[in-house]
Amino acid sequence: MAQEAGMFTVPKTIGSVLCCKCGILMQPNAANMCAKCLLSEVDITEGLQKHVVIIHCPECESYLQPPRTWIKTQLESKELLTFCIKRLKNLNKVHLVHAEFIWTEPHSKRIKVRLRVQKEVLNGAVLEQAYTVEYVVQDQMCESCTRVQANPDQWVAAVQLRQHVSHRRTFFYLEQLIIKHDEARNAIRIKQMDQGIDFFFVNRSHAGKFVDFVGEVAPIRKRNDKQLVSHDQKSNNYNYKYTFSVEICPICREDLICLPPKVAASQGNLGPLVICTKVTNSLALLDPFTLRHCFLNAEQYWRVPFKALLSSRQLVEYIVLDIETVSSEVIVGGSKYVVADAQIARVSDFGKNDIIFNVRTHLGHLLNPGDYALGYDLYGANSNDIELDRYKGLVVPEVILIKKSYEEKRQKKRNKPRSWKLKSLNMEIDNSTRGRDHEEKMDSEYEQFKRDLEENPELRFNISLYQNKEYQPSEMASDTDGEDFPSIRIEELLADLELSDEEMEDGSKRE
Amino acid sequence: MATRLQFENNCEVGVFSKLTNAYCLVAIGGSESFYSTFEAELADVIPVVKTSIGGTRIIGRLCAGNKNGLLLPHTTTDQELQHLRNSLPDSVVVQRIEERLSALGNCIVCNDHVALTHPDLDKETEEMIADILGVEVFRQTVAGNILVGSYCAFSNRGGLVHPHTSIEDLDELSTLLQVPLVAGSVNRGSEVIGAGLTVNDWTAFCGSDTTATELSVIESVFKLREAQPSALVDEMRKSLIDTYV
Repeated sequence: MAQEAGMFTVPKTIGSVLCCKCGILMQPNAANMCAKCLLSEVDITEGLQKHVVIIHCPECESYLQPPRTWIKTQLESKELLTFCIKRLKNLNKVHLVHAEFIWTEPHSKRIKVRLRVQKEVLNGAVLEQAYTVEYVVQDQMCESCTRVQANPDQWVAAVQLRQHVSHRRTFFYLEQLIIKHDEARNAIRIKQMDQGIDFFFVNRSHAGKFVDFVGEVAPIRKRNDKQLVSHDQKSNNYNYKYTFSVEICPICREDLICLPPKVAASQGNLGPLVICTKVTNSLALLDPFTLRHCFLNAEQYWRVPFKALLSSRQLVEYIVLDIETVSSEVIVGGSKYVVADAQIARVSDFGKNDIIFNVRTHLGHLLNPGDYALGYDLYGANSNDIELDRYKGLVVPEVILIKKSYEEKRQKKRNKPRSWKLKSLNMEIDNSTRGRDHEEKMDSEYEQFKRDLEENPELRFNISLYQNKEYQPSEMASDTDGEDFPSIRIEELLADLELSDEEMEDGSKRE
Repeated sequence: MATRLQFENNCEVGVFSKLTNAYCLVAIGGSESFYSTFEAELADVIPVVKTSIGGTRIIGRLCAGNKNGLLLPHTTTDQELQHLRNSLPDSVVVQRIEERLSALGNCIVCNDHVALTHPDLDKETEEMIADILGVEVFRQTVAGNILVGSYCAFSNRGGLVHPHTSIEDLDELSTLLQVPLVAGSVNRGSEVIGAGLTVNDWTAFCGSDTTATELSVIESVFKLREAQPSALVDEMRKSLIDTYV
């Protein structure tokens, strides 16, 4: 800088001094010692690790980055070098200049890395030194490989999830929730059972965690038992098999319930005829005539359990002839309702006889004259519900409408693929004992479940829908159809992550 | 010959002693061994005086002197001044000076003819140095360090300077001092020469960490191998005889 400014500077020739140890002539440095003497005096690699044990999964060729990350790399790769260097402690005390692999036989289970490090020693002299670190590779299977390799019959804890109803709708929904939260990742085996699913785990705590999860999303009752398999008195080891029995409350969405007098009284004389509008870890019950509602949590439900008077399989289709709103819009539990008086007729009766019902419904905002709606036909139902009989002088309405029906409009689209799809759990299905009927019934229930998802945005709020790659939207169809019935917009769908070795190979070839 | 020694396990012997051709000052320590090493080497020739300056032991860094005089900082007590006047030969002028930079040993380095000083020293101090020590005074730096007393040591026969001194600086300094100079280190690579080494015309004392190489550099540049107190007299006598003849 001084020279740039045109200032005079005294030229400085660096002299030479004798190394203070060996007396060799050298340029003066901070330690006034030649490099060889410095090296003999101080070892900058002192305190650095020279032997390290690394854990390697032989199944998926990955290495354990503690505490629990597995890194997939090849031998002699850049990533492995980074990984190896990261495993060294105290390396921040020196400055790393260079690192390279020294070739070793793969089956020797040793990885050798030569490092060059720099460090400041003896008042400011910087010393560079090379040393070799030997990594001992210990084989240990990673968690996911262990799970794959695990014998499914060697379970320790089983969760028996049951709901005593005639349909599997709840389990379809629960399956999606489990997939979304990846709660079944620890299960070694999942088996579809009659009226439920069994989950098997290697660990009791995994099962406990899973049961807790189910308790968060559904009103359940549970009990657990254990069975002594073997025990060693001398070392006080006991080997148990644990079983968690989890029963989901049999009330489902859209069920018609006649509340027991006790419950009705405790909820301020609600009902007694109510509709279940939502099931989370509590039940949302709505009186369709007054729009009064209440929530029952699992504990409250199981104290006085009750059953559904009619459930969604008994829904009957009606046609709306006329509708007249009674109240303005009311928001109950996050969804909109309008009380209305409707004049309806059964679709099966329509055009055959003149049976017309005048009923009050909570769906005034959805229904228009000419629409189809699904409802419970209490006029024609043969109910033998004990709870209903307890109410003396209760006037049972002839029809309770539950939801709008899109069946007619759906007819056109039948058997066309959807733009979205759902993932499913890897479940064992035992079909040997039951026939084709059962399979067909399952299929139709699944189809119904998918329609429910399309119609009810609240329902699909908690689950993940994926784009269906095979689906080709036909412009013709969409032009003619319009948007008559609810469908799922593409923005809501998730792109599925697909990784396959073939694709990667293709990619490398293109390059 | 150069002697290696320690002051209470400390190798910076130049801090705790002051050696000139006419006297030697030694700090009062817990052990007698430091004093007795000087005594053994010098007692026959010059007085070895135990003293403190301003109540401290770091006398080598606080005072400056040669065979003509001794300069003491303003922190020196009257008692110490009197003790030194009593102990030193009458030919040595002992003077206390009022200088802001009281570590005179760090700021001034001299032999019997020339002194190098810290560039910021007072004008009055500079005159005092010239008068009392009978030397020519140069304000200088050694390898960019203003504390000339810390980073070099010289006698009437040679001198050792900071190892990073450039060749040009070395030439300039040796021209001023009229003695050969060499860049080097003491105490296994330490560059504070003044602290690690105290030297006069026939002997040197350095810290016990000093290596054989450093010792040989010191002995050769200060010409200590042939040097004996008597050799000086011999040389003088020779020249006298020369003139006689």
